[in-house]
Amino acid sequence: MIPADSRLETCIQCGTCGGSCPSYADMDHTPRQIFALIRAGARDKVLDSNTPWMCVSCYLCAVRCPQQIHIPDVMYALKAKATQEDRVPSHVAPDFSKTFVDYIHKYGRSFEVGLVAKHYLRHHMSRLPGMTTSGIGMVTKGRMGFRPHHIEGMDGLTAILDRATEIEQAKQRAVFEQPANEGAH
Amino acid sequence: MATQYMYYPGCSMDGTGKAYHDSIEAVLPALDIRLAELDDWNCCGATEYMGISPLRSQALVGRNLALAEQQKNGTDTLVAPCSACYVNLARTDAYVRESEELAANVNDALSAGGMSYTPGSVKVRHLLEIMIDDVGLNEIHQHVTRPLAGLKLAPYMGCLVSRPDYDDRWQHREHPHALDQLLLHLGADVVEYSRRTDCCGGHMTQISPDTGLELIRRLIVEAERSGAHALVTVCPMCQMNVDFYQREMNHRFHEDHHMPILFFTQLMGLAFGMPAKDLGFGREIISARPALANIGIEAPLTEEEEAERAAAARPKRRRRGDPTLPAPEPRADQEALR
Repeated sequence: MIPADSRLETCIQCGTCGGSCPSYADMDHTPRQIFALIRAGARDKVLDSNTPWMCVSCYLCAVRCPQQIHIPDVMYALKAKATQEDRVPSHVAPDFSKTFVDYIHKYGRSFEVGLVAKHYLRHHMSRLPGMTTSGIGMVTKGRMGFRPHHIEGMDGLTAILDRATEIEQAKQRAVFEQPANEGAH
Repeated sequence: MATQYMYYPGCSMDGTGKAYHDSIEAVLPALDIRLAELDDWNCCGATEYMGISPLRSQALVGRNLALAEQQKNGTDTLVAPCSACYVNLARTDAYVRESEELAANVNDALSAGGMSYTPGSVKVRHLLEIMIDDVGLNEIHQHVTRPLAGLKLAPYMGCLVSRPDYDDRWQHREHPHALDQLLLHLGADVVEYSRRTDCCGGHMTQISPDTGLELIRRLIVEAERSGAHALVTVCPMCQMNVDFYQREMNHRFHEDHHMPILFFTQLMGLAFGMPAKDLGFGREIISARPALANIGIEAPLTEEEEAERAAAARPKRRRRGDPTLPAPEPRADQEALR
């Protein structure tokens, strides 16, 4: 179902990942449970789970995994899949990612001020009053650039990313055209 | 002759990580290191792009690696001071080396922009690795003119330098002592800090504050317990989380912590005898002044301290009903109205 890391098939369900995870307490399912669900073909449960969104990608599970599964990469792939199918447990995280990459698509670089302004006005209005003092410090001490930096090779970057999208879509079509492959699980 | 490296500063160097930038600019020339900034680099995608599309994310990073391959000038090492940039660059390089299919796909995408990348042609390394492995602890020690004895520091290396460690460079991925060693060679008192490679939560402060603030709290509480005056970091994301969000964390948990978090290069600069104002001090939210006072160094004021001083210097505003001020007697008809 999720071909992010072929080593996932070798998972022995030891639970070291969940036991190591700093944010497991906020997850619907531990990583081990997610891998069991993937194996059981419980597609809906996997894609509706908040587990990938709670992954902080610190790689502690990955370096402890006896099967050397790149667990955060699996989580990234699950996020991408859930976003594509627009079935996410909460819109806060996907919106943040989308706002972030939109600036990359526009300027080639991240734009912290725009990102923070957009994201907080949309999702964290109630947190803003408590941040005023620190926020002023960020501005007066030169830690907030108010002008985005445009890279010169923006056309090239756009062409590169567009081509990557085409490749990805072609791959997905190829997977889709082999129904026996996934449906059997 | 100066040792030269290619340099990928990352987006936060010009913003939230400005103090890191300042201190790098001050310290590296003293060690005879020249960083040549990669021309026209783009964002690495942080932890966001991988969750949107892994392949596009690799192509995005691939452009930076391709630029580095083009701009090699006597060095194949690309240095990243930010742990997130470092791991993103290292991941794509490792994966295109590992998978021919991915290498073909990334190069197919890059060709649309007239570029290409030969897997393995660029060595991605974190700035801390350059200090430890290339410059060397003894050489760093030679430059120390003002040992930081009396300053208790918690070495917080964060998660993404020693993990996932694509090239097997780290003997200990959970408890590496590289940053401890460096700080010891600056003469500082290094405390035993068990959370040295715990995660700061990364973007969790933006998407799930309950999760993020708790992770920040753990780092700070443990640093206090170990007796540290300050945390030391090698990553602008960790710095931002612990520094900027410390107030919100205090508010959320009804606690009152004031744990400054400093860049390791700022401390190198101090130990090399450079003035604190050239090293980005004062840009932090949680002031480093109390910490540095322990070794007799006066750091520039933070924004909040400047505001407090200005407020203290202003004449006090008159308050209504102040009995020390002359006021007209209330009129009889007003009295009657009460």
